[in-house]
Amino acid sequence: MKNKMNHKLTLKQTLDKLKGNELTLDELYSDINQSISEQNKELNVYLTLDEKSLEKAKAAATSPLMGVPIAVKDNYCTKDLRTTASSLVLEDFIPTYESTVSKKLKKAGGVVIGKTNMDAWAHGSSTETSQYGRTLNPRNTDYLPGGSSGGSAAAVAANMCIAALGTETAGSIRQPAAWCGVVGLKPTYGRCSRYGIVAMCSSTDSPGPITKTVEDSAILLNYIAGHDPLEGTTATLEVPDFTKSLDKGVEGMKIGYLYKDLKGLEEIRSIFSEQMEVFKKLGATVDVVDAMDPKHGVSIYTIVQRGEVSSNLGRYDGIRYGNDRSFFGDEAKRRVMLGTYTLSKGYADQYYNTAQKVRTLYIKDYERLFKEYDVLVAPTSPWYAKKIGATEGAAMFGELEDLLIEASSLSGLPGISIPCYKDEKTNLYLGMNIIAPMYREDLVIQVADAYEKATKWNSWRK
Amino acid sequence: MKTDNTNKNKYSLVCGLEIHAELKTNSKLFCGCKNDPFGAEKPNIYTCPTCLGMPGGSPVANKKAIEWTIKVGLALGCKINLFSKFDRKNYFYPDLPKSYQISQYDLPFCYDGVLETSFGPVGITRIHLEEDTGKLLHKTIEKVNSAGREAGLGHGKQVSLIDFNRSSVPLMEIVTEPDIHSAEQAKEYAKEIRKILKYLDVADCDMDQGGMRLEANISLAPIDKNNPSSKLSKLPNYKVEVKNINSFRFMEQAIDFEMGRQAEILNDGKVPTQETRGWNSVKSITFSQRTKEDSEDYRYFPDPDLPPIRYSRENIEAMRAELPELPAQKSKRWATEYGVEERYSKQLISHEIFANWLEESFKICVKEKIEPNKFAGALINKNIRVSHVMSSIIAVEEFKKLSQTDEVADDEIISVITDVISQNNDAVIKFKSGDTKVIGFFIGQTMRKLGKKVDNKKLGELLLNELKK
Repeated sequence: MKNKMNHKLTLKQTLDKLKGNELTLDELYSDINQSISEQNKELNVYLTLDEKSLEKAKAAATSPLMGVPIAVKDNYCTKDLRTTASSLVLEDFIPTYESTVSKKLKKAGGVVIGKTNMDAWAHGSSTETSQYGRTLNPRNTDYLPGGSSGGSAAAVAANMCIAALGTETAGSIRQPAAWCGVVGLKPTYGRCSRYGIVAMCSSTDSPGPITKTVEDSAILLNYIAGHDPLEGTTATLEVPDFTKSLDKGVEGMKIGYLYKDLKGLEEIRSIFSEQMEVFKKLGATVDVVDAMDPKHGVSIYTIVQRGEVSSNLGRYDGIRYGNDRSFFGDEAKRRVMLGTYTLSKGYADQYYNTAQKVRTLYIKDYERLFKEYDVLVAPTSPWYAKKIGATEGAAMFGELEDLLIEASSLSGLPGISIPCYKDEKTNLYLGMNIIAPMYREDLVIQVADAYEKATKWNSWRK
Repeated sequence: MKTDNTNKNKYSLVCGLEIHAELKTNSKLFCGCKNDPFGAEKPNIYTCPTCLGMPGGSPVANKKAIEWTIKVGLALGCKINLFSKFDRKNYFYPDLPKSYQISQYDLPFCYDGVLETSFGPVGITRIHLEEDTGKLLHKTIEKVNSAGREAGLGHGKQVSLIDFNRSSVPLMEIVTEPDIHSAEQAKEYAKEIRKILKYLDVADCDMDQGGMRLEANISLAPIDKNNPSSKLSKLPNYKVEVKNINSFRFMEQAIDFEMGRQAEILNDGKVPTQETRGWNSVKSITFSQRTKEDSEDYRYFPDPDLPPIRYSRENIEAMRAELPELPAQKSKRWATEYGVEERYSKQLISHEIFANWLEESFKICVKEKIEPNKFAGALINKNIRVSHVMSSIIAVEEFKKLSQTDEVADDEIISVITDVISQNNDAVIKFKSGDTKVIGFFIGQTMRKLGKKVDNKKLGELLLNELKK
């Protein structure tokens, strides 16, 4: 209770202090709860809070995660805790079951302190499609936090939790992490189970951590990854200890720098070229590489995702979840209509099936690049966070903001976004996206950790 | 409406069947819930988020159900797709909780097979695997509890309830080519499919409960008068689908009815409407349910929740090697190997375990110098009470006891016969006036008096001799 700043601790620091008896769960929860009560009204981060979280934390005190408070995106079904996916259709939905990832988190001693705001059904990159109001960017409240996991990224940035969980379909972890100046790790598709997570785009949805540091992401990923007998697309591969990838440096590694000369990235180019020097100083080689134009990624992602959305949302037919289809917001309706069209007889070949073929081309292009490079880096987002209200009249807002990520998401690749620059005037951050071959989260963590420790951009580093 | 002979000479039936059968795996097709919709004590007890279609439910394919489907395919001479997948068939119905059914679209597990019938071969177009739906129950409320009252329910209110015990139960669909040309052939084909599924022990095919469902696609083609036996050059330009048939007899009746109905329309120079019809088993008629003009678009696409399924040629060959000899082949072999008549074996071969037991028994019969055909006959006529849970040796023993005769001298028999004849004058008169059936009466009487077991044939001969005296 001395400094009342315990909410600002990283996950690693919190665990160390709890272990060393320098901190009690009462102190930790008192600071976190105060942080929430001071900021939640303005930022609109949490839609639902678990009143019993301290009680649950104490019960988990001897588990590896020792009862630390974790913010969880509201599309994870949490038993007995309301789950809305930020849609009014599920306004009163209290699941009777737990998603596999949150179950694993709880089993390891993490406590779901609350459910965070998001774009409704994860449709968007701003949280402005949430039917419970937008979340504001804690770094500068004139700006958006990004999305769809905007609430989780904001919860981390505003120290309203120790760490968070999000989900990504194409940018939904990394883009809000970049905009909020935090770390977002999107694991390989199939690394973490989708069971119990409200389905959006089943072929790319990937749950993952949003944290204060790369180390924190590695710790959380250790507990949430792994095969799930309840989910048919999870990999049966063994999960390595990701914290072993920390402090390894990048000496001798080959890094490919993507999209340097892409039109529209002029402003970010000079900042990024500077950051590449960091890797060179650390002993890695950095080459500018040519990759398949990411703009096709937007088209195929739009087609594939809308098609799957139209099918996945069909179950909310008004028979079982209280609120009927009239409660869908405009974005969901737009996506269902477009998806229904692209899957229709006579159009499926032209759209959905063609999109899947182009997807294969991206997969092959990455395979080619990864023959030469250990990891590929690029800006996470074309520029800083956008101002609130930016999505109005911009139906393709999310897709364009996620331009640089979509191709790799469609290919299933793991990636991380870490802060790599800060604009002192606006207090806003830029993110660097590091991607690696399938199931090589270890490489992503290794490179991100080395960069984070060699630079000043992470606001939790002294 | 019955098809009269003039119509029969004018039109030839063009019919294909779709047979749905629920597989009897332990668990459902895409989750670990128990697969026992008919045995469930209460509605909605064998359910989980996945088969209830709850948010975040995700399917995992049941390997056994897939292998059983392939097994049936191999038994029907199908080719097997080494690369296959599940697709989503999107449509709305209250018993379909996800708003899509996981089925197979363009890559079914099996295709291009054949089943021989006594009327000719029936081509199997495809066999695919899909999930069954929940079951809708339309009821009138009889009793209301307080919770019900609060929910606005009252006595006598009509409600529709959904039981999801059947949701996601594995359902195999076998589709034929339009190779069926008579109601009798349709029946024979369907019965043979049922026999094979039961024999392979993959389905119970309980028709009353919907464990096996029949659908017939029926149309008529004019017969070429100059060359009535010529093959159809092209299919008719319409098709009537009769759904929800739950017995072989109803299917036969439905096909006959449709032949009559369609012939009349064709006779008027019109074309029957392309539509789906139902079968009313009370009135023995089909009735229109839905016209095909507004045919639904199911927006099929590969289910992204389920990875594609791959088998190697070796996997398939291993499955083929494990395939048991099928009932029809076995009947033929038994006829040549053991002299067992096919009319017997066809009735007896119901299940692989029982068939193996039978063959074991036949072998013992041969060793014991008993005709296997007589043993089979005794089983059919239930002269011996045996079952496959007892050993074949004991069963054959039972049969031996039944057919064993005592050593009795002819003289002894004849003296009893003379007694019987002298005491039954009326019967003798009947016999002499040509009523040969009374011989059975004499045999029975003689046997009883004799108190010993003698060969029926021999006794009959002796009796005839005496009666004719």
